[in-house]
Amino acid sequence: MTAELGSFALVLALVLSLAQAGFSIAGRVRGSAVLAGAGEGAAAGAFLGVAFAFAALMIAFVTSDFSVANVAENSHTAKPLLYKIAGVWGSHDGSMLLWCLALTGFGAVIALGGGGLPARLKATAVATQGVLGALFLAYAVFASNPLLRLANPPVEGASLNPILQDPFLAIHPPFLYAGYVGMSVVYSLAVAALIEGRVDAAWARWVRPWALASWSLLTIGITLGSFWAYYELGWGGWWAWDPVENASFMPWIAATALLHSAVVTEKRGALAAWTVFLALMAFTFSMLGAFLVRSGVLMSVHAFAVNPRRGMLLLAILGVAAGSGFGLFAWRAPSLPPGGLFAAVSRETALVVNNIFLSAAVATVLLGTLYPLIRQALTGDMASFGAPYYNLTFTPLMAVVLLILPIGPLLAWKRADLGGALRRLWAAALVALAAGALVFALVQPRKALAAFGVALGVWLVAGSIAELADRSRLGKVGAGEALRRLRGLPRGAWGMTLAHVGIGVFVLGAAFETAWRVEAAKVMGVGDRLTLGVYELNLKSVGPVEGPNFAAERAMISVTRAGREVCQATPARRFYPVQRQTTSKVAICPPGVSDVYIVLGDRRTGDAGQPVWLVRAYWNRWSRLIFAGPLIMALGGLISLSDRRLRFGLPQRAAKAALEPAE
Amino acid sequence: MRLARGLAALAAVFCLAAAADPRDRLADPAQEARARALFEQIRCVVCQNESIDDSEADLARDLRQTVRAQVAAGRSNAEIRRFLVQRYGEFILLRPRFSAANAVAWLAPFVIVTAGVAVLLARTRRPAPPGEAPAPEAALTPEEESRLARLRDG
Repeated sequence: MTAELGSFALVLALVLSLAQAGFSIAGRVRGSAVLAGAGEGAAAGAFLGVAFAFAALMIAFVTSDFSVANVAENSHTAKPLLYKIAGVWGSHDGSMLLWCLALTGFGAVIALGGGGLPARLKATAVATQGVLGALFLAYAVFASNPLLRLANPPVEGASLNPILQDPFLAIHPPFLYAGYVGMSVVYSLAVAALIEGRVDAAWARWVRPWALASWSLLTIGITLGSFWAYYELGWGGWWAWDPVENASFMPWIAATALLHSAVVTEKRGALAAWTVFLALMAFTFSMLGAFLVRSGVLMSVHAFAVNPRRGMLLLAILGVAAGSGFGLFAWRAPSLPPGGLFAAVSRETALVVNNIFLSAAVATVLLGTLYPLIRQALTGDMASFGAPYYNLTFTPLMAVVLLILPIGPLLAWKRADLGGALRRLWAAALVALAAGALVFALVQPRKALAAFGVALGVWLVAGSIAELADRSRLGKVGAGEALRRLRGLPRGAWGMTLAHVGIGVFVLGAAFETAWRVEAAKVMGVGDRLTLGVYELNLKSVGPVEGPNFAAERAMISVTRAGREVCQATPARRFYPVQRQTTSKVAICPPGVSDVYIVLGDRRTGDAGQPVWLVRAYWNRWSRLIFAGPLIMALGGLISLSDRRLRFGLPQRAAKAALEPAE
Repeated sequence: MRLARGLAALAAVFCLAAAADPRDRLADPAQEARARALFEQIRCVVCQNESIDDSEADLARDLRQTVRAQVAAGRSNAEIRRFLVQRYGEFILLRPRFSAANAVAWLAPFVIVTAGVAVLLARTRRPAPPGEAPAPEAALTPEEESRLARLRDG
């Protein structure tokens, strides 16, 4: 019964999304607050409908109701509860339902919470959100309903792919999808602005919180996925330039560019058309990602829940949404007012340079991802664009833009003094150069490029600190006064500084880990030792472990450094009898910035007939900075989001506060 | 000094070559390192999207053996790549060739940056159109300057 109610709720949500679009358009055209209000109510109703369908599917999973086809294909009674819940979005249909949940959720938030928006702009945005909701809900209802019943239900389910049975399945997709779909609000606001012919500083201010929130969520989602790929064997490590990874990276780059260009629109009224373009682009890349990931059109190590036939429908939705958005842009953008003037050296120029490089970066990732398809279609032969391609294109471009990043925040609007900005950064530059030289001299083997990477990371961190010191006028005023000034800085400024520190931390980790990872492998029996850099690994024992739905062979390896045990690692190989599949669970220890990463291989027979195992071990130096950096960036985004100047419904009060003398 | 440098190079070679299964490794560490560097640029053509360095598939193992044998036989990286392309097509190279067919993908990133910077320079350097008053925001009046200074110094 629950599944039928869920299906009904899903259809109801589709109808309500159409009503949301219809009422809102009618409300906008007739200038009727009642009709617009009905549209907003429908938006809330659509969300409740999808939430009900989602809950129904979750109940079917938790109660192992195998009469529901999706549950029978993706669940099993012996599967742990966490994976029964997370299994809801482990399949194609379920993940699209999660997408719809996020889409209608954001629609409801803007309908009920967007109090500060002018009525006409809001009605148009809610209508656009309704159209998007209707498109994806129609897909869910007609092509991808996860609540359909089976005529002859099996006694037991086929269970979920063992490699997906991981705690990260519970958190990675929700964050990622919230980030992807959060861009839909940005898209709707852009469409509304084009229709209303209003793209100004106030509009940029309304867009920014949505862009910031989705960007932060997407940053967290990608980082979680990166960490999952890092510890899951066979997924290519923390970043492999895999098409599915690229699919999540493209909207992220577009959103990053948008955050920077929206600042220019907000503060100076310039770049209006470009900011709108990026706002449309961010969600277009989200939809492109959904299509690439869900259609299986590209070869990926992360290709799960793929369905080529329905992928074409997703492509059609992408075509309709992006086509109408950019069509509208082509029609209306030329009538947008030109922006303010600025000199060649100014904050505006710095942000435009940022956007030029980020555009080139997103184009690189797009080309690298789609070029094999394009070439195959044109010439019939296949080509691969793997990591080496990106290392020669994307990486140098990013190195250049990161090198000039610390200068940007120190430049004034309109016309700036480059010499003055550079003078305020000399200490940071000195620290960075010293760090690079030190690493180059001390870390073996010597690698100049990686030492440059470390210097770049330190430059980004130190440059951000120098910018804070400059803002607090540290050294020019007393320490107490500087501290007071620091506390008085707006949250947005703190957010920016943290985000820039985060990218520096990431660069440090990425450069060091990639260049100076130490590897070792040995066929070991119990009692054997293996040297890994400064660590020594001792295989203490290997024993069987019974899991809820798997049988495992687990090793106990003592990791010592200079004779002292730093941790006990327990890498394992799991066998899942339902799918007859073996997975490897790596062990990661000890706590700190570097990981000792241990993989237990298959059992072999040694020379004397004793059992031996191939143990591979990696000392991934500074690897945790790779994940800490983006999390710091996301934290910066969230802190910036809490800035009262950005809060919805508060523009009047904030404006009043700005007029009052600072305390 | 030369000994130290030699040892450092050797250490580099060892840490590169070390994670391969010991029974497959080449005896000469320098050759093994060259083979490992090649593995990272060769696609396991039956896998979803993995290099033969990462993959545990049978074909990846065969390809690793082939590459190691050719490295041991003294063939150059270019020769080995050519051999693999003849056998499996260009698809096997994770680093696409710089050819006419791939030129767009290789050049586009740099063309975009160059074009973007050119447009930016043209915009910011463009003199005011004749007959139009200079932008009022171009310079500050002395009064504004002093107000700015007051604001800046709190």
